[in-house]
Amino acid sequence: MSDVRQHAEEVSEQFSEHLDLSVEEVEDRLDNLVNEYRVPLEEARRSVVSHYLDEAGLERDEIRSGGGGTEQMNVEDVDRDEMWLGLTAKIVDLWDPRSDAVGQVGLLGDETGRIKFTKWADSDLPELEEGTVYRLGNLVSDEYQGDYSVKLNRTTTVEEVDEEIEVGDDTVEVEGALVDIQSGSGLIKRCPDEDCTRVLQNGRCSEHGEVEGEFDLRIKGVLDDGEEVHKVILDEEATEEFTGIGLEEAQEMAMDALDTTVVAEEMREQTLGRYYRVSGPTMGRYILTNEVEELAGPADAEDVLIKARSI
Amino acid sequence: MSGTPTREVARRVFAGEFNDATHTFKESDEERAPVYALLPTGERANRIFVVGTLTETEDVGEDSEYWQGRVVDPNGDPFFVYAGQYQPEAASMLRELEPPAYVAITGKPRTFETDDGTVNVSVRPESITLVDASTRDRWVVETAERTLDRIEAFDDDTNEYARMADEQYGSDLGQYRQLVISALESLDESDGGAADEAEEAGTSETDAAEPEPQG
Repeated sequence: MSDVRQHAEEVSEQFSEHLDLSVEEVEDRLDNLVNEYRVPLEEARRSVVSHYLDEAGLERDEIRSGGGGTEQMNVEDVDRDEMWLGLTAKIVDLWDPRSDAVGQVGLLGDETGRIKFTKWADSDLPELEEGTVYRLGNLVSDEYQGDYSVKLNRTTTVEEVDEEIEVGDDTVEVEGALVDIQSGSGLIKRCPDEDCTRVLQNGRCSEHGEVEGEFDLRIKGVLDDGEEVHKVILDEEATEEFTGIGLEEAQEMAMDALDTTVVAEEMREQTLGRYYRVSGPTMGRYILTNEVEELAGPADAEDVLIKARSI
Repeated sequence: MSGTPTREVARRVFAGEFNDATHTFKESDEERAPVYALLPTGERANRIFVVGTLTETEDVGEDSEYWQGRVVDPNGDPFFVYAGQYQPEAASMLRELEPPAYVAITGKPRTFETDDGTVNVSVRPESITLVDASTRDRWVVETAERTLDRIEAFDDDTNEYARMADEQYGSDLGQYRQLVISALESLDESDGGAADEAEEAGTSETDAAEPEPQG
C-alpha cells in the first residue's frame, strides 16, 4: 500500500464520526498535493485535514488523531506549543480545578520529569487517580509564559496500565547570591473567587475585576552565582521558614504601616545580597523551593589562591 | 517574539577591573536593548553584584538629593555608587547607612565621560543591603574564582568578548590576576579577625530557627 493511500485511510477514519468520506476521495486530494504540487506528505495531510475540519465545522482537537494514536514521548521532550503526543505517565498530584471548564488538573510524571496536565470537563474521560499509571494518547501541549503543560481533550485515549513508574526526581539544588526579590512578593492578595486565586494587581483580578482579596505570602526571588540565574518561588510556608515572618505577623506589619509593601521591604532587608543554597522541584523556569539554607560559613580561599598563583 | 527576555546575570568583578571597563556597547539596535560594559578580562556585564565596605557617603546633588557611596574591595579599590530620585530605596540606604559597613549591592554599570575626556565607571544600584563579614568574604572568593575563569578563557578563539577586550584594552591581564591574588591574600591575613560592627548590628539575622512570634 502506498503512503498516500495509508494516510488517506487514516484521515477518513479520523472523520468517520463526522463526515461521510470515501478513502478514494481523500486519496485524490492528498495525491494532488503530493504528486502535482510537490507538497511533503505530512504537510499535505495537514492541509487535507484542515479542509475537512472546515467542511465539518470542527476544531482540530475535536477529531481523533489518525494512525492509532500519537507518538509516544517523554515528559522532558515536551518543548513546543501545540504538539500532539502520547505519554505513559503516573498521576503525581491532583489540584483543585479553578474553573468549571476544567475537570481535573494536576501534575503527571515519568522517568524524565513532571508536567502540569489539564483535563477538560467536557472531555468525557474517566476520572484519573493519583498514583496510577496511564497510557495517554492524543494529548496536546500548551505553553504559557515559557512553561509547558499537556491537555487531555475529547479525543484523548486513556488506558490504565499495570506498571510502576519511578517519577523522575527533577529536584535541583542551586547556590548563589539572592540578588532580587521581585514585585509580587511579600504580602499579596489573591482573588477570592473559588476557581481563581489569581494574584491581584492594585486590588483588581485580571479575570474578576475589583474584588476583596485574600491575603497570602510568597517570595519570587532571583538567585545568581555570577554565571547563571535561577528564579525561585517560596510559598507561604517556605517564606515563613525563610524570613521568620508568618502570614499573621505580615498582616499586622501591613496594618501598622497602612501599606502592604512594608512586608516585602522587610524581607528584602533581611535576605537580599546574601548567599543561599536552595533546593526543590523545578516547574518551568522556577524552582519551587522546599529548602533554603544560608551559606554562612567561612569561604575557603586556599584552593583558589593556589590556582591564581599557578596560571 | 522569542518569549520572555532572559534576566541578565550579575557578574562578579573586583573594583580594579570594573573601573577599567570603560567601553560599553549594545548588541541590537532596539531602543531598549541592554547596554553592556566590556570587562577587560573578556566578558560583557549588564549587571554586577558587589559586596564590600561602604567607607563614605555624600549627597553630591545640586537641586535634588543625589547620593554617592564609596564601596571598597579588599584591594582598597573603590566602586562608586550613585543613587538619586529614580533609585529611591538605594538612595535612602545611602542616606541612612553609617559607614563603615559591609554592604551588598546589585546594580548596573554606568559610564560617564568627564570634560577632560576621562571615562568614569560607576554602579547604579538596584538594591543595597547591609550584610555581614562572612558574606563579604564569600564574595571575595567567588569573585576571585569568576575572574580566574575569565582569565583562563581569554585565549579561546571562540571567546568573542575576549577578542573585543583585546581590541579595546589589550591582552595584558597580569594586573587582574594580581588583583585576585592580593584579594585572596587579604582574607588569609584577616583570618579570624575582629568581628565587625555591622555583623553585630543585628539587622542581618536570617536564621530560620527564630522563635515563633508570640501574639
